[in-house]
Formats: sequence, structure tokens, C-alpha cells
Amino acid sequence: MTAFPFAAIVGQDAMKTAMILTAVEPRLSGVLVFGDRGTGKSTAVRALAALLPPITVVRGCPINSETPEAVPAWTSVAEAELKSRPTPVVDLPLGVTEDRVTGALDIERALVHGEKTFQPGLLAQANRGYLYIDEVNLLEDHIVDLLLDVAQSGENLVERDGLSIRHPARFVLVGSGNPEEGELRPQLLDRFALSVDITSPTDIEERIEVIRRRDAFETNPDAFLATWEPEQAWIRDRILTARRALNTIEVPEAALRDAAELCMTLGADGLRGELTLIRAGRALAAYEAAPRVVRDHLRRIAPIALSHRLRRDPLDEAGSVTRVTRCTEEVLG
Amino acid sequence: MTSTARPDDSLPRTGVERANLAMRMAARDPDGLKGVILQARAGPLRDAVVATLPAQTVRIHAGIGLEALTGGLDLAQTLVEGRAILREGLLDRPGWLLISMAERLPREIVAVLSQRLDRKGTGPVLLLDEGQEPDDRIDAALVERVALHVSLPEDERLQNPHLSAVPSSPFRGARASHAAEDTATLAALACRFGVNSLRAPLFALRSAQAIAGLQERDNVQPGDLAQAAALSLAHRATCLPDSPVPPDAKDSPSPNTPDTSRPVDPATVSDSLPESILLEAVRAVLPPDLLSRLTGGKSAVKRCASGAGQRKTGNRRGRPLPARRKRPSGRERLDIIATLRAAAPWQKIRRSAEATPGPRIWPSDLHVRRFEDRSDRLLIFAVDASGSAALARLAEAKGAVELLLSQSYATRDHVALIAFRGQAAELLLPPTRSLVQTRRRLAALPGGGGTPLAAALKIAGETALVAQRHGLSPALALLTDGRANVALDGSADRAAAQKDAQQMARWIYGLGLPGTVIDVGRRPRDQLAVLAALLGANYTPLPHAAAEGLSRVLHNSLA
Repeated sequence: MTAFPFAAIVGQDAMKTAMILTAVEPRLSGVLVFGDRGTGKSTAVRALAALLPPITVVRGCPINSETPEAVPAWTSVAEAELKSRPTPVVDLPLGVTEDRVTGALDIERALVHGEKTFQPGLLAQANRGYLYIDEVNLLEDHIVDLLLDVAQSGENLVERDGLSIRHPARFVLVGSGNPEEGELRPQLLDRFALSVDITSPTDIEERIEVIRRRDAFETNPDAFLATWEPEQAWIRDRILTARRALNTIEVPEAALRDAAELCMTLGADGLRGELTLIRAGRALAAYEAAPRVVRDHLRRIAPIALSHRLRRDPLDEAGSVTRVTRCTEEVLG
Repeated sequence: MTSTARPDDSLPRTGVERANLAMRMAARDPDGLKGVILQARAGPLRDAVVATLPAQTVRIHAGIGLEALTGGLDLAQTLVEGRAILREGLLDRPGWLLISMAERLPREIVAVLSQRLDRKGTGPVLLLDEGQEPDDRIDAALVERVALHVSLPEDERLQNPHLSAVPSSPFRGARASHAAEDTATLAALACRFGVNSLRAPLFALRSAQAIAGLQERDNVQPGDLAQAAALSLAHRATCLPDSPVPPDAKDSPSPNTPDTSRPVDPATVSDSLPESILLEAVRAVLPPDLLSRLTGGKSAVKRCASGAGQRKTGNRRGRPLPARRKRPSGRERLDIIATLRAAAPWQKIRRSAEATPGPRIWPSDLHVRRFEDRSDRLLIFAVDASGSAALARLAEAKGAVELLLSQSYATRDHVALIAFRGQAAELLLPPTRSLVQTRRRLAALPGGGGTPLAAALKIAGETALVAQRHGLSPALALLTDGRANVALDGSADRAAAQKDAQQMARWIYGLGLPGTVIDVGRRPRDQLAVLAALLGANYTPLPHAAAEGLSRVLHNSLA
């Protein structure tokens, strides 16, 4: 199935920026997108994965290993043939069991052949790609815990049913949800690197444009993709260039100080706020081909990197994005 | 007015014919329209509609196991045969999928179905919604993803309807073309009915194309748009176009964006069709309760989207229980040790019957793990906002509820809010975990009027019943001064009001609902203590407590 071109998504700039940053800097391990249904959340995830260049994998490897040496011993991959495939996007359904997520003893093999083998789960499938959870706020807490743990450590550890397996699981976690249906625990919120609140476009022209493009895409996908390919290629090149440049981006002392001051003023708990702010700022600088992180980068990244980290009264209804913006203005001028 | 927009001969006259049209549209373009939600009681009308489905339709009910839907290893058969036997999932079959009692689908099935609906190349679905109560609706995730909705009127008679058989395979040809401004018309229309999702106008567009296609035309005509909007937009409406501000307009637009809630500039709307005709077409099939809610001056609440969290049954984890002999059905985990232990004594006998090496496990040995867990709690607050209570203590009662809300945030309770004043009680907030919503409603609660205590108890009981069905453990906190003076039928008769309240209290006692009654009157009243005894609830007279004291009482008596 062809995905809608990323470049053709109308508006929703904050969400697009957040997603592009995860493509530039995979260590920004989670994006939280909160908004109404039908605002293009899952479209954007799939579109981004389709935009990224294909990855090289060992054929038949359950964890999408890049080289034959990286294929874990527990798999039954015989030949070391390489192939390229699109960046994986794995959907995690709400009612999923822990077995399905982490992988478990292959019951079939155990019972029929008497062999103790590991059946990889969704985390293995999502390695080197995206793991998308719709309605993450309704997912059972212990599964979210587990996902965030793995997303940050980049490794899935299975210790169960007499198995002891570890395999790399480096993926970007994208969670979406509708805030009216319940909140996410603050401990979990804090561990998503970026968070974006999106709403349906309120401008009638913008809405019409969305429908027009979608209709054109569904009527003739090939022609539509061809129209947008130049812009797609432009974004793709910028992401790839930014990835290479990422380690050369300078983070001056002043930027660190700004980040720390901002987080202190906002009263964000822990140090994840600063770390994310710097990482995201660096990714943004790289994407915009800037040599170093400057105040402007931090200012623009602060709302999506910090708004979900504020200690808040659960009953406070004032938007935290407003607070971050106000604070940013005060601290960074 | 509507007749000018609709061609008369092909027009569906009855609900049954509308349903039939919708199903033929979905069959023609399953990728674009996904399916039909049919809201109807079981009966001859619905049977007539369902009978037009093709013979190879896959029929499932809400109680189906996840494994049967998604497929997987057939464990019992695998063990008997000694080789892997895979079972095909019902969702992977081509053609129509019919789901009865769709309003009772558990969340995990809804999630799997949503994923299927997001894919292309799958067959259309027909969801039968038998829910009668407003809280018993199809999950919002499904309503969002299925284009068409038809509600069969209760009083309709079957008068030799013109029904055509529904095909099982989609139409492969090109879709009908449409004028460029049709897109704008439908987008504007969706806005005027307060439909935020952008899937809706797209669905409407594809619907119009399907209608045109069914009439073997290759271009969309104005009448098609009207019919399409009626089938795909009307049930999503959250406000009427006449109402000045849609309920969510206050949070969404920033000052510098144009306010789309206002009637759209006529210039952007198609000239070929007066917008009023489209509006009429949609309005004709609007759900009746939407109108009543709006005319009541209340903002329309997206009921179906309110509490998706409530369907979780609370058995996800907890204290392990002994393993039980049972074949795993997909949700359960096999307990290997217990299974082997069960198989061990028979190894000698079985070995003589078979010649393969290794332990011999038979299907009857299988044991699954079991856990015991407490289900989630639902706190139902019934707050007396009548004149007598309002004068005295409404603000204090509100404060207490707020304090308790922050406690329930810590324990992840669900909350529901019922207010009673004037002639009737109303469920201000159906069970939800969204505390911001609860607080907003509570703060906006006005005081004054009579005390319809019986009506409040009735709604509380009904809410509790629905919650129990969804696997929650409800508890009731009633804050009142007990001066019931409005009877169930709305008449201001003090004696009848007391009698009704006591009757309702007995009924709630029968439901086994734990609760607490807090007397917020100026002076404690014996009457209320009697009522509390009937309810089987704690009675706490708190003439002049601070909010913290009140909330401590609640906490202790409900814990």
C-alpha cells in the first residue's frame, strides 16, 4: 500500500517538525501526539516512514539486522543475503498481550518438536523503524512502561518461560491519543521525548485543501506521488544531510545555560528536560544546516520538548504550552 | 425544499431502503467507505436488511475471541496431528463482515477491527448497533472509521420495500467524477455541523461518488451530495448549523484564524446547489436526541467519545491463582509447568501408544495461567444543586468533590457526575477518567430549584448498571440535604417525592452498590439517615465541615 506523501500533509507543522527531528536524531525516542480523531496522526507516521530511504536488512531476519554479523544466534537465518526494504512501521493494537510485544516461547515448536525457541514479538519487528500506538492513553500501563523502557535502552530483554534472550530494539515510539478519554500518567509523559497537541484545522480553506489532496491521492496515487516527489526528495535530502552533520553541530556553553535556566524556571522535574531540549535543538540545527545551536532553535523547540514535563495540578486546565511559551519569552527574551 | 434536490424515482423512501442503499454503496467502494453502521433493534426490519447480504458473509458476534479473528495456531489440532495446524483468522477472509451487538465489542477487538479498517483491500463491514441507551454506543474509534450510518425508525412497517441484493465484490471501474467545488461544499457542511474529523467530508465525497456510480452516471450530481451527506455526516453532527457557537469553538480557534463556526461565506460554496438543501437533507436524519440536547440549551457532548476507557475489564494482572485445565484462547498464557505436570503421570501409557521421542502432551493436559485482580472503580457523584442545598452548601460540596477528584487521579478511578435540581436530574458527565472535564462541568453547575432526589438515584443506578456491565466496580457518593420535593414524574409533591426516593433507594440497595450519603443541609435530618439505611450506605451528617474533612469521610467510607 502506498502511503500519502509526507510533503503533501497540510498544516500541522509542530507534528511534522517533531517527526522529522526523530528521523534526524533517533535518540529522541518517543513522540506523543495528542489530538482529535481524523487529524492525520497515523497518516503522518506512515508518510514519514515512506519518505525515509529504504533500509538494508538481512533477508529473513526477524529483527531487521543490517549485517549478517548482527543477526542474533537464536534466529534460523541460513543465508546471509541482503535486501532493502522500506522503514518498518509496526502498529501496536490496544489489546495486545505482553507476549506479543516482547516475544515469547514459541509454543508451536515447543510442543510439536520439543524445542525451546524464541518467537520474536512486535519489538523485534519494529527494530530500526517506527512503533505506532493509537490511543496510547488507553493502553495498559505496564505495556507502556515496557515500551518506553525498551525505546530508551534500545534493547529488548526477555526473561521468561525458561528463555533468556536479548536483542536490539531501536525504534521511535509514536503514541497518539485523544485527551478527552483520559490522561497519561506523568511518569510516562516525562519519558516521551517530544509531545505535540494538534487540533483539526479551523480554517475552511485549509480543510478543503486537505480533502482535495486526499481525494487526488486516492483517485490517482501514482500521479499524485509524482507531483510531490521533488518536495519529498528535498525533505529526504535534508534529513540525510542532517543525520551526517549531527555530530558536528556545536552546542555552545550559552545554549546549555539557556536550556538549564529555562527548565529551572519552568520547574520541570529531573534532567530529561534539558537533555531533550539540547538533543532536539541540535537536531533542528542540523536539519536547518546551521553550524551551532542558537537561542532561536531552543525557543522553537521548547514547546514540544517541555510542555509535557511540567509538574501540574491534574485539575489545572490551562494549557501547558502557553506556560512554556510565556516562560521561554521571559528567559530567552 | 428537499424534493428539488433529490431525484424522485431512485430515492430511498424508508429506513430499510436507505440501509440497503448504504450497503450497496459500501459494497461498491469498500476501500473508500469501509462499511455501514446499522442502528436498529433485532426484528423483521433488520432481518430484511441483513438478508440482502451475499451468502459468503462472515458473521461474528461481540463475544468472539481475539484468536478466532486474527487466526493463529490451532493448538488442540496441532497436538493431535503432531504438526503445526494454522487457523485462518475471520478478519482475513474476503467479502462482507457482519458484526452483531457491535456496541458490546470489547476494546481489544475494537483495536484489531480499527486496524483492519485502516487497511485497504479488505471487505466492507456491517456493524449492527442494538444499543438503546445513550451510554451503550459503538466505540467511537469504529464510528470514526466507518463512513455510513443508518438508523431504522422504530415505527416503520415493511411495505414491500425495493431491496436489491448486495454484491460481495467491489466495483473495479473508475469512480464518478465530481466538480471541484463539491469538495468545498462538503467541507463547509461538515464544519457547520461541528464535525471536526477530516475523515468525514472525505467519506461524504466518496459516498456521493458511489451513489452516482450505482445509478450508472459518471459524474456526481447535486442530489448525490445531499444523500451522501445524510448517510455519512448526519450522525457525526455535534451542533446544529443555526446554533451560533459549536461546543468546541471556544477552545479551538485562535483570534487570528477565521471562525469556521459561522455560516460559511456563500462564495466558497458550490453554486450548483443551494447549501440549505444540503443542510435540510442532513437535518432530516439527525439523531433526535441531538436536537433535544441542543434545545435544552446545553452544549452537545460527544457522548460516544466520552469514556472509551471504561470497557477495560480489570483482569490484566494481579495476584496469580492456581493454573486451570483449559485450552488457551489467545488472551491467556499457557502455564507450561502445570501442563507438563499434568502430562507426566501418563507418559508410560502414552509412550506405548505412540512411537515418537519426547514427552507426550495431549490437549487435555493444557493448563492456563490465571490472575486475580480488582477491577477499576467508578465513583458516581450525585450532587444536590437544589435551592435548599445551594443556599447552604453547594460551594462546599463542590470543593469536596474536587478534593476527591485529585485523590481518584492518584488511584486511577473513573468518575461520573450527576447533578439534580429543578425538575430533573442529569448525567453531567458519563464515566470518564478525564478529570479536567469533570472539574469543568462541576464548576459550571448552577444552583436553585427543587430537589428531585428520586430522579438522581434513578440515573445513578442506571449509570452503575452500565458500568458493571463494562467490568467496573461502581460506588455512589450522594451529597444532598435530603429535602426531596420533586417526584419521579416531575410533580412538586413532597410526600410522593419522599416515597419515590425511598423506592429508588431500595432498588439501588438491590444492585449492591456501595455508597455514602453526606448530609450537606444546615441541620442533620432523620429522613436522610433513613434513606441512607435503605441504600445500605454510610450516613454522615457534616453540618459545617471543611472540604478536607468531607473528603476524608468519603475516602474512608468508600475505600
